Amino acid sequence: MEGTLKMAFFQFEFLQNALMTGLMIGLIAPVLGVFIVVRKQALIADALSHITLAGIAANLLLGKWSTVFAGVNPVYMGMVFSVSGALLIERLRKVYKHYEELAIPIIMSAGIGLSVIFISLADGFNTDLFNYLFGSIISVTRSDVWTIFVVMVVVLAVIWALYKELFVLSFDEEQAKLSGIKGSGILLVFMAMTALVIAASMKIVGILLVSSLMTLPVAASIRVARGFKQAFILSVIFGETAVISGLILSYYLDLASGGTIVICSVIILLLAISYKKWKMTGEEKIYGPKSYDR
Amino acid sequence: MMEQSRLKEPIISIKNLYYHYGQANVLENINLDVKKGDFLGLVGPNGSGKSTLIKCILGLQQAQKGEVLLFGEQAAKFRRWDKIGYVSQKASSFNTSFPATVFEVVSMGLFGKVGLFRFLKREHRIKVKEALEAVGMDAYSSRNIGELSGGQQQRVFIARALVSEPELLILDEPTVGVDALSADTFYQMLKDLHRERNMTLLLVTHDVGVMSDYVTNVACLNKTLHFHGKTDEFEKVSKEKLSSFYGHKVHVLDHTH
Repeated sequence: MEGTLKMAFFQFEFLQNALMTGLMIGLIAPVLGVFIVVRKQALIADALSHITLAGIAANLLLGKWSTVFAGVNPVYMGMVFSVSGALLIERLRKVYKHYEELAIPIIMSAGIGLSVIFISLADGFNTDLFNYLFGSIISVTRSDVWTIFVVMVVVLAVIWALYKELFVLSFDEEQAKLSGIKGSGILLVFMAMTALVIAASMKIVGILLVSSLMTLPVAASIRVARGFKQAFILSVIFGETAVISGLILSYYLDLASGGTIVICSVIILLLAISYKKWKMTGEEKIYGPKSYDR
Repeated sequence: MMEQSRLKEPIISIKNLYYHYGQANVLENINLDVKKGDFLGLVGPNGSGKSTLIKCILGLQQAQKGEVLLFGEQAAKFRRWDKIGYVSQKASSFNTSFPATVFEVVSMGLFGKVGLFRFLKREHRIKVKEALEAVGMDAYSSRNIGELSGGQQQRVFIARALVSEPELLILDEPTVGVDALSADTFYQMLKDLHRERNMTLLLVTHDVGVMSDYVTNVACLNKTLHFHGKTDEFEKVSKEKLSSFYGHKVHVLDHTH
């Protein structure tokens, strides 16, 4: 069985593309997701994925009207919409200071509204758009691989540079201010990175599922991790495991890749929760966890 | 003695400070100096403006009138935040499921010094360990912060404030949500820090009785400053005056240990 996969891998370019993009997204989605989850903004990824869809639909529509856009990878237009959406969310959070979470449904519905209009103008669905909704490994091209590679390098560099600052900002903003950290600028950069990764990863997991790769591995890791660094590392391990096992399973069982990857992360999450339950003593099961090192 | 204390530079100097939120005046005409080596207890009932005053001192909020000088510099322009350690009411408002070890929490106190693009070095790790030893929490270094009791968490936050070796430590109701026995050992620890490191401390509390055993100076705040002086002078103030300031009867408890 292993031999046939190996042969298929070298034979088919689409399998190589799928695995490479999968590995890269399995790394960067949880890396950003750790900060998103501890900042209690897990839904932002969903809002941004919906606005990304509007960008892709806009590009497909423009492609029908003009040959200039027909040759452009729709991912780029998706990125433009996604990053603009991210910046808008930050603006809206300032406008509605006491209802910060309102920014998410506003951007999400705006994204869906625009998408539907663009799709209807372009005379309805085509297979292309369907691939972006649920993800399709077959549709990943070499140019997508390179786009995601560039996004990965940028994101990793930014997170490496701002790791400490993002950590303090997520833990307590007052302390961050007292350490001389300029919060708003750093968070804006972070949001832009999140938007880029979402736009880049939807070809493989799809818009409707992309936020799961940012949140599910992290949700699993914070159940079992001791400390932030460990949560960070475990999230990446869980993310990669979900992507690799999901891709292999979807290949052999002929399942949709995006859905299989997401279900794999759900299984990892359930395993993490039961592991934690199993590690807890009877007393802790009733009164909540006391410590991890018994 | 008077001459000597006058020569000491004030670490915090507040002049004619006014703060209002909408129509309501929160702080009126506050004048307060905290000198090097003081252990000042700032007391006042709930809603008396204590936390607002602290936020004005830390530059987290801007007063409409008056000024705050920190180490002789205007608070708005002050950049040497490593000279000031701050502990807020974390024990009660803290996200206990945040995945961070005690060590990681304390190391945050050094991030201002470590600088952008850099990570903790060996010397920083030693400092974190020392700060944890100073508050008696070094054995918990690799525990998740959420697993500790309220009193233990508050010690960790003190360690975070101490790790950058500040000259001034500001604590805003640090014992809220901490049981009485832990609170007592906690205050004792502050007293030791004050004595051994000659650190300047500003402690905000509504707990008048306990505090008077530990602090050297007292300031009573209820919109305006009603009293500011040495602790023994404060104890001589008649109980009626205290009651009128609090707006109800106050029992000043004697704590003799």
